[in-house]
Amino acid sequence: MTSRPFDAIRNFSIVAHIDHGKSTLADRLIQRTGGLAEREMVEQVLDSMEIERERGITIKAQTVRLDYTARDGKTYILNLMDTPGHVDFAYEVSRSLAACEGSLLVVDASQGVEAQTLANVYQALDAGHEIVPVLNKIDLPAAEPDRIKQQIEDVIGLDASDAVPISAKTGLGIDEVLEAIVTRLPPPKGDREAPLKALLVDSWYDAYLGVVVLVRVIDGVLKRHSKIRMMGTDAKYEVEKIGVFRPKMQDVEELGPGEVGFITAQIKQVADTRVGDTITDEKKPTAAALPGFKPAQPVVFCGLFPVDAADFEDLRAAIGKLRLNDASFSFEMETSAALGFGFRCGFLGLLHLEIIQERLAREFDLDLIATAPSVVYQIELNDGETLELHNPADMPEVMKIKEIREPWIRATILTPDDYLGSILKLCQDRRGVQIDLTYVGNRAMVKYDLPLNEVVFDFYDRLKSVSKGYASFDYQLTDYRAGDLVKMSILVNAEPVDALSMLVHADRAETRGRAMVEKLRELIPQHMFQIPIQAALGGKIIARETIRALRKDVTAKCYGGDATRKRKLLEKQKAGKKRMRQFGKVDIPQEAFIAALKMDS
Amino acid sequence: MQSVFFGGGTPSLMAPQTVGGILEAIAKGWRVAPDAEVTLEANPTSVEAGRFRGYRDAGVNRVSLGVQAMNDVDLRALGRLHTAAEAMAAVEIAAKTFSRFSFDLIYARPGQTPLRWKEELEAALAHAGGHMSLYQLTIEPETMFERLHKAGKLHPPEPETARALWDVTQATMERAGMPAYEVSNHARPGEESRHNLVYWRYGEYVGVGPGAHGRVIAASGRRAQATERNPEAWLKAVEGEGHGLTVDEGLSTEEQADEFLLMGLRLAEGIEPARFEQLARRPLDRGRVAMLIEEGLVDLTDAGRLRVTPEGFPVLDAVVADLAA
Repeated sequence: MTSRPFDAIRNFSIVAHIDHGKSTLADRLIQRTGGLAEREMVEQVLDSMEIERERGITIKAQTVRLDYTARDGKTYILNLMDTPGHVDFAYEVSRSLAACEGSLLVVDASQGVEAQTLANVYQALDAGHEIVPVLNKIDLPAAEPDRIKQQIEDVIGLDASDAVPISAKTGLGIDEVLEAIVTRLPPPKGDREAPLKALLVDSWYDAYLGVVVLVRVIDGVLKRHSKIRMMGTDAKYEVEKIGVFRPKMQDVEELGPGEVGFITAQIKQVADTRVGDTITDEKKPTAAALPGFKPAQPVVFCGLFPVDAADFEDLRAAIGKLRLNDASFSFEMETSAALGFGFRCGFLGLLHLEIIQERLAREFDLDLIATAPSVVYQIELNDGETLELHNPADMPEVMKIKEIREPWIRATILTPDDYLGSILKLCQDRRGVQIDLTYVGNRAMVKYDLPLNEVVFDFYDRLKSVSKGYASFDYQLTDYRAGDLVKMSILVNAEPVDALSMLVHADRAETRGRAMVEKLRELIPQHMFQIPIQAALGGKIIARETIRALRKDVTAKCYGGDATRKRKLLEKQKAGKKRMRQFGKVDIPQEAFIAALKMDS
Repeated sequence: MQSVFFGGGTPSLMAPQTVGGILEAIAKGWRVAPDAEVTLEANPTSVEAGRFRGYRDAGVNRVSLGVQAMNDVDLRALGRLHTAAEAMAAVEIAAKTFSRFSFDLIYARPGQTPLRWKEELEAALAHAGGHMSLYQLTIEPETMFERLHKAGKLHPPEPETARALWDVTQATMERAGMPAYEVSNHARPGEESRHNLVYWRYGEYVGVGPGAHGRVIAASGRRAQATERNPEAWLKAVEGEGHGLTVDEGLSTEEQADEFLLMGLRLAEGIEPARFEQLARRPLDRGRVAMLIEEGLVDLTDAGRLRVTPEGFPVLDAVVADLAA
């Protein structure tokens, strides 16, 4: 029993920055190999979620099997693995890459290498991939293929002399890409006779089929009615349906070494499957599980509350449904003095948080209040115990705390030279520690260590604004470091609003407190009385603003003919009030909770 | 039938015979109270003042004159056709012709200071009868002023100035013995507009003529009615179908309660909370009432009426929105 190459198969993924044309190239490859008839082509076939199409991002890994007859006359099976392309899903990306032997590196021929490209290409190199550089948008007047080739060599250290010039939009160069896949990427290797060993690449919930599991077989053969075991969760199933995506589902008899496809097996929920797990034969298991398996680890937490307390049950049902399809976010019930009943939810990152929030609002028609995003703090108590703090409201008494540790990231930022000064200042302001600064032509690449806490508050928005959108940014979590962190409370009309409290660095507390109360002063409407807004550390007020009382607000003329019109205005006012939350005597609009955290320093 | 009000547009362009004809028609359909109040809105021009006797003879016993300002520059800016002198002459004729009359002024006009307004108001008071309407120029949603404001052609005063103008108005009128019985209406005791009180006390009224609104209680409950606005179309409908109604719909409990609050709280006398409860089928929110009392914006009389206080009136819309929520 020895591992041998399966020469007719190529498994590959596409690495690219957002907007550099990954999805369009995938569409062209599917079209060229006849995966879908012309009339079935929807733009960006593989991004099937509405949010994925709109934002041009991929959240779930997907795959498509293409049959390609090459210039050598042989027919090849090409498995295109579409990977999520965002740092929040770095682990999912690594598992998708582990299912392939090679990658196409797609770079926009005028814009060049971006931070996200870098992070993903390094992951592909880590996965041992052979990489074929592809220069896209070569038809545009601004394309500078020679400069970009040089940049790929300088920045990534890849030989780009044989980069394939294409235009995914017009279809130019697509055949050359297919030939490069066949000739330049290696075939998978495996042992058909060995015990089953397959990688669980991803899974999702299908209303008709239940949980669909995307797999890559390493050794052995996966068949219908195979009795399988997930090695990480120790759950046992019988394979019901087995098939491949072309991109529509098509049943097959079996999946052998090197092949990519799907199975269903009466699995109830996505949470029962773990991305990166090893699937083996129940009776005749493989000796060792695949390396690199990790359970999903939420990084950012926030509270989600219904605007109307009566919608709590609807929110519970909606979160439960979303969780069916996304095991990577966690939730538990939370009670806030200010906001009532809701859920504390954990996310893989900020994009993930935004996506879930947006899906709840859009797919389930829920009005939500999201509280300040918080990272996970480690709190070491004097008695030696260590707590994980997900919610500033749960912070233990200061006297009991020995040390608070916060997560740090290593950020990579690529920017045109012109904006470097502002970006360095932004990073310094956010307690960043500069690690590296290099130049690639007129673009600077900076590496900074930053507390994640400083990044979750509008760092990305600020970066975009100081660089006019030209800087790109990526990060990875590195470690936990002790910090001088304090809990800042916000008091509206002398009452603490727990949903607005947060942990901040002592040196930044005053700045942040001032920005916060100023913002709240703009966001909270005038009332019939004056409203003090304060930021406090313990009993000490560090910033204060006052919303002045309404002085004049009365309709001058209101007679019999005005009753209907005035009533309709009053109804609008009442509806507006419903979208606010009452804290003591003060009505706070829901936008205030989110907007108050976006600070323009 | 307790009162008739000829208003909206320019009823004083009507021939006195027409007014008489309408009143006769009313008397045929309703039992008219012997002391019924019959008001006619008029522009204070010499032409219209010339018809005052005719109106009185036709049955009108009260006029309300749209004087609006006491100087010619502002009158032109407000788009009025009369001069201040002409207006005061019309006021004199009204005072001689009718037992009761009122006139109105608009304040918080561009550039008007509290002091100048006070002088203007005192000058007007020298000509006043038992009733005056004083409207502060405000930008209200869906009005011409709002459109002008958005187009940058009208600048209302800052809130502090608006409040100072309001305060000086109340003080001046109280000193003159004509306190506000409604947000913008001032009268000597007993001289209130009985007709308008019907609106604010959320009583029944029938709207007759183009663009008129009514609130009537049918077997099915209180109904909102409105007629066709375009005079020609209205006339055609009346001749063809016997009426010009374009809106005739029942009001929900919530809608009635909202209207009752927003009309009733405009009066100094306030409202009976029990009547709100009857209309809304729920009591007023006790917490909100308590909060407003604590802030000194409303109070409860010994008789149990809920009244807006002098502190509350300048921010009445916010008070109403709070109580209605």
